[in-house]
Amino acid sequence: MENKIRLDLSPKLNSFLESMSTQNSELQKVKLTRHEEIAPGVFIIGFSRRHDFIPGQTVKLGIDEIQPPRIYSICSGTKDDELCVLYNIKDDGFLTPRLAKLKVGDTLYASAPGGTFFGTEDPAWWIATGTGIAPFRAMIRSGMGQNKKLVHGVRHLNQFYFSKELAKGLGPHYHRCCSTETTDGVHPGRVTAFLENRNDLFKDWKYYICGQAQMAVETRDLLIEKGIPFENIVTEIYF
Amino acid sequence: MEEKVPLFGKTLSELQELIAGYGLPKFTAKQIADWLYKKEVKSIDEMSNLSKKARELLKKNHTFGLTEYVDVKESRDGTKKYLFPTAHGKFIETAMIPFKDRKTICVSSQVGCKMGCLFCMTAKQGFQGQLTAGEIVNQIRNLPEREEITNIVYMGMGEPFDNLDEVLKSVEVLTSEWGFAMSPRRITVSSIGIIPAMIRFMDECEAHLAISLHTPFHEERQKLMPVQIAYPLEQVIEELKKYDFSGQRRVSFEYIVFGGLNDTPAHIKELANMLRGLKCRVNLIRFHPVPGTPLHGTDEETLQKFKDGLNNKGILTTIRASRGLDIDAACGLLSTKALLNQKK
Repeated sequence: MENKIRLDLSPKLNSFLESMSTQNSELQKVKLTRHEEIAPGVFIIGFSRRHDFIPGQTVKLGIDEIQPPRIYSICSGTKDDELCVLYNIKDDGFLTPRLAKLKVGDTLYASAPGGTFFGTEDPAWWIATGTGIAPFRAMIRSGMGQNKKLVHGVRHLNQFYFSKELAKGLGPHYHRCCSTETTDGVHPGRVTAFLENRNDLFKDWKYYICGQAQMAVETRDLLIEKGIPFENIVTEIYF
Repeated sequence: MEEKVPLFGKTLSELQELIAGYGLPKFTAKQIADWLYKKEVKSIDEMSNLSKKARELLKKNHTFGLTEYVDVKESRDGTKKYLFPTAHGKFIETAMIPFKDRKTICVSSQVGCKMGCLFCMTAKQGFQGQLTAGEIVNQIRNLPEREEITNIVYMGMGEPFDNLDEVLKSVEVLTSEWGFAMSPRRITVSSIGIIPAMIRFMDECEAHLAISLHTPFHEERQKLMPVQIAYPLEQVIEELKKYDFSGQRRVSFEYIVFGGLNDTPAHIKELANMLRGLKCRVNLIRFHPVPGTPLHGTDEETLQKFKDGLNNKGILTTIRASRGLDIDAACGLLSTKALLNQKK
């Protein structure tokens, strides 16, 4: 008899994951209902939602059934009819230049939602760079904005994706950092410099980090240095 | 001026394609492979059985492609750590670990790493680039001990399955008759378990596989190893159970034992449950702290109990001897220091 592997998660999440494992994990054809360039080289792509998911989860997308799919964070909410992801074109990448050529009505291949970067109701800092903002937007749209503080770091001012929506949802707890340009209301410099000077990094809060590897590792190291237990830090790295 | 492409690291089929493009006889590819992988030469000029025209064509567009190490440190226990420069001004590490009658070479597959494991020094460099197959094999070809090597492990800097094409090519060069002609059973590729790449590796390569496990518990592992979020260990093992390891091919699991974290009876029980039905081995590794990490190693008594606990549950478990502690043995330390010196 095959062993059933248990996860040390809450019963609710375990039961959710078990139900997920019975869904078809293979890629399924979907028709694009949205494809919008929201900043130079950055797109939202969307299709009708077929599955429930937990905000923070990902889907695999592919352009056919042969090439390996890539994983993207869902950026839409649990009540939205569409399931959307945010992506930027990587010139040396395989999938994103091809994705960018698709139009509404075209076919895409998508998996059921997966991954365990789960948003919760607990107080938390959300820390993102670039398109790493996607899972936090999904959490905000799913009503998880209470007791949360968000910092989003980017290189250029036009990369603050969803800023109006996030500002509306989080008010003064939405912070923006830009490393190469300045303007009112935006902290100059990197996310780590912003966090370095905060006195509200509470040890019993959760810390969710999402973005590129080096930022994620540096941020995690900084938080640990400031006394945050590593058990309270969850890191999702885009690789 | 266009950069010259190194020949070293090219597979026979790549050489054949290259030769066809130059309009040279087909057998030239095999001759070049001989010079690259079987003979003690280091320049295209020394490929004496190639026509002059062939050598000139190659020299115009290619380099031989070998790179010498720039630093070496030797431990009291005989372990050596070599520092190689890469094409773009970075550094990678290669360790030579002698043990009894064996000499194991630990090679890097990337410059830096993007996997962000909490306990890893290389992670702190971030990701700086992929190594080519040539740069991977060069770490073996250019060691003074190359003739004495018994085993090769891909456990240095980087995640091999995040650079799978080049890793597979390097294994092809090492194991093919036209290459170094080593047995694939002397090579182990270690990964944190990127599932699609792992499946491809299992299907396309005969080398052994090692998976960095470190804890059987999901939430704990995702805090140690962010990859767990995308590719949970449970699914990695589920995939591995589809393969037959009853022959000579091995799968093993690396388990760094952290004091008070992953060294409890609950971990033994869960690990044994998880691995039941899979013919495998667990290698327990002592943790030697890297700067800035909140983790620490376990004590010897607990380590021994952990090993005995797993063995008693039918999971073949050994403790890996710590080597090279006096020479920045933790992977990534030496190259990070070199990188910092370079920045200064």
